[in-house]
Amino acid sequence: MEIAGTKLFVKALIKEGVDLMFGYPGGYAIDIFDELYRQDEIEVILPRHEQGLIHAAEGYARTTGKVGVCLVTSGPGATNLVTGIADANYDSIPLVCFTGQVSTGLIGNDAFQEVDIIGITRSICKYGVTVRNREDLGRIIKEAFYIARTGKPGPVIVDLPKDVMLALGGDQYPEEVNIRGYKPSTGVHAGQLKRAMKALDQAKKPLFLIGGGVNIAGARTELRKLIELTEIPVVSTIMGRGALPTDSPYYVGNIGLHGCYAANQAISECDLLFSIGTRFNDRITGKISDFAKHAKIIHIDIDSASISRNIIVDIPIVADAKEAIEKMLLHATKRQTNEWLEEITTWKNGFPLSLKTKQDINPQRIIEYINKTFKEPIVVTDVGQHQMFTAQYLKMTGDTRLVTSGGLGTMGFGFPAAVGAKLGNPDRTVLCVTGDGGFQMNIQELATAVCNELPIIVCIFNNNYLGMVRQMQQMFYDKRYSCTCLRYHKSCDKNCRDLKKACPPYSPDFVKLAESYGAKGYRVWNQDDMKLAFEGAVHNTKSPTIIEFMIEKDDLVLPIVPAGNALNHMVVNC
Amino acid sequence: MEKRWISLYVMNDVGVLAKIAGLFSGKCYNLDSLTVGTTEDPTVSRMTIGLYGDENTFEQIKKQLNRFVEVIKVIDFTNASIHMKEILFVKVKHCSKEEKEEVFKIAKVFGLTISDYGPDSVLVECVQRKERNDDMIHLLQETFTQIEVVRGGSVGIESISLTGRE
Ligand SMILES: Cc1ncc(C[n+]2csc(CCOP(=O)(O)OP(=O)(O)O)c2C)c(N)n1
Repeated sequence: MEIAGTKLFVKALIKEGVDLMFGYPGGYAIDIFDELYRQDEIEVILPRHEQGLIHAAEGYARTTGKVGVCLVTSGPGATNLVTGIADANYDSIPLVCFTGQVSTGLIGNDAFQEVDIIGITRSICKYGVTVRNREDLGRIIKEAFYIARTGKPGPVIVDLPKDVMLALGGDQYPEEVNIRGYKPSTGVHAGQLKRAMKALDQAKKPLFLIGGGVNIAGARTELRKLIELTEIPVVSTIMGRGALPTDSPYYVGNIGLHGCYAANQAISECDLLFSIGTRFNDRITGKISDFAKHAKIIHIDIDSASISRNIIVDIPIVADAKEAIEKMLLHATKRQTNEWLEEITTWKNGFPLSLKTKQDINPQRIIEYINKTFKEPIVVTDVGQHQMFTAQYLKMTGDTRLVTSGGLGTMGFGFPAAVGAKLGNPDRTVLCVTGDGGFQMNIQELATAVCNELPIIVCIFNNNYLGMVRQMQQMFYDKRYSCTCLRYHKSCDKNCRDLKKACPPYSPDFVKLAESYGAKGYRVWNQDDMKLAFEGAVHNTKSPTIIEFMIEKDDLVLPIVPAGNALNHMVVNC
Repeated sequence: MEKRWISLYVMNDVGVLAKIAGLFSGKCYNLDSLTVGTTEDPTVSRMTIGLYGDENTFEQIKKQLNRFVEVIKVIDFTNASIHMKEILFVKVKHCSKEEKEEVFKIAKVFGLTISDYGPDSVLVECVQRKERNDDMIHLLQETFTQIEVVRGGSVGIESISLTGRE
């Protein structure tokens, strides 16, 4: 039977198990939307901006383990996805992004709303292709889903010219894929693993470093078993948080620029670093030549290109984290690490994380309140100081999830990602911790959340500033607050260095704004307000609740490793 | 930094060349020469890539290339015995009669082909290793006042093992 490309498209998505996707229509995608209208198996969510759309798809994929599916029109619809594609690529999030395209005969002619989206995204996606012939459509969609979710997951772009989608062709959707150049590695090299386990046995101060790869591989249970068995301490990256519960006696903390003192110290002192699923991004290594300089380094990663890129490792193992840890469990034994653990405990007790502030309401208190109030929530952050505060203080127990833009550090990610997370997890509590800057970058998604009755609790840490940048200006740029004050007004003194100055109060008034969208809004000045606001939020089950926390501008994220320094050279106090 | 060679099998699709070239520009890798053409299988192209880099960069480049979905196979020529040739045309212009004769002599001695000539110019074709072609250009430049050069970049293939013969 001959069917239109649009019909095969819908059939393909259903076959791939897609039951929810994110779409924003336009002239070059309208035929596909028309086809989606005629069916009931796939729900299509309409966010209010394509950037919000793709971050929502990311939030959905990051919290469900399914592929996030986007469908947008050509030209501006496609280019609005670019930041999200880069974000997903960095954090290895499986997405399939379908972009409308002008008809094949018009491609290259400067047609209305034509852009070469495959060219634009070439260096920031896992794979991208324009479908030029109707007969390739089924195969390409099949391959797209396969490439997105296997190996090191990532975003795939499929560009769909209008004539291809209207053309009639076969109704077959392939069952199998066979891509000559793409064979994701499976299995674990037995010899390498043996070497690694032997090195682990011989170490006096062994340390596990856990990255996002462990969470992506779904290897939490295996890792937890491994640590119980070996009793070896664990540090993590922000993306690796939660793989081991934060209250485990073997969990030390986050490493990196804003890692905790004990974790960075442990990296600097260990004699064996067993790292799993991390890229050794410069935010976690500090000065490369001093990174774990007393240690032999083992690295397990699904992506061979991540191994020995930044940090040269002694024993590389290309493997899926879950498979590798399962194999390790067969050989692992309990280690005598008491002295080492005691050393770490001394660092932990000597420099615990705590915010030095006189304020009644402050980031640490807010997160601690969340820890106390919500059982195994999904916490989605934006990017900035609030993100680091959340990473530092959020208790990760049970299935608590921290969803954050780790690699690209995309402001504007948080709220739409929370929308996607809630759509994918309707029965779980979803909180979004965001800044007054970042929230305004995709504020329009309030409408999406309201229309879909998504009771997300949005906590805005309102410090009136682009806080994270302001912190750098305060510490390293002699308090020249260039373009970081969100209350700055024409009439202000350009050289204003007064963080305590009384400025016009709200811009915008987030409470009124929430109300104008049909959401609930609270402004919180003290702990009593906080209690009332959270109680209100819990009872509001049909729409999002915005809680605006009026916090200090000069609460600094500490400790911090100043640029160019080794991890153990931290500024702990200011 | 050492000169290194890679041979690459890729899918013969639109945009693949741009993607490979983009890896080098995007990551500031030092690409020196890149040639591409289809193989005995029209759906597959083979590239020969010459580059400068230290050991770590080179390893990283190979991994990054391997990571591309469109890349079928990466062959490192570092320790392989290979045949390698580059095509070079040199047009020697504004020659006197004596100079023309000089070009013919040089061609004879160095095994170059004279592809074409006219009243005051000669076109020389030289298919040699890149280094040899460099020398040729140098020699002609020294000897004559005006030359025009076009070269195609290198192609390479593994040698056939003699010991493996029946
Ligand atoms: C799209 C984008 N633009 C700029 C930045 C640089 N940046 C990182 S953090 C930050 C400040 C964030 O301010 P806010 O959202 O108010 O959060 P806070 O740091 O105050 O908690 C900026 C501008 C970025 N990460 N992403």
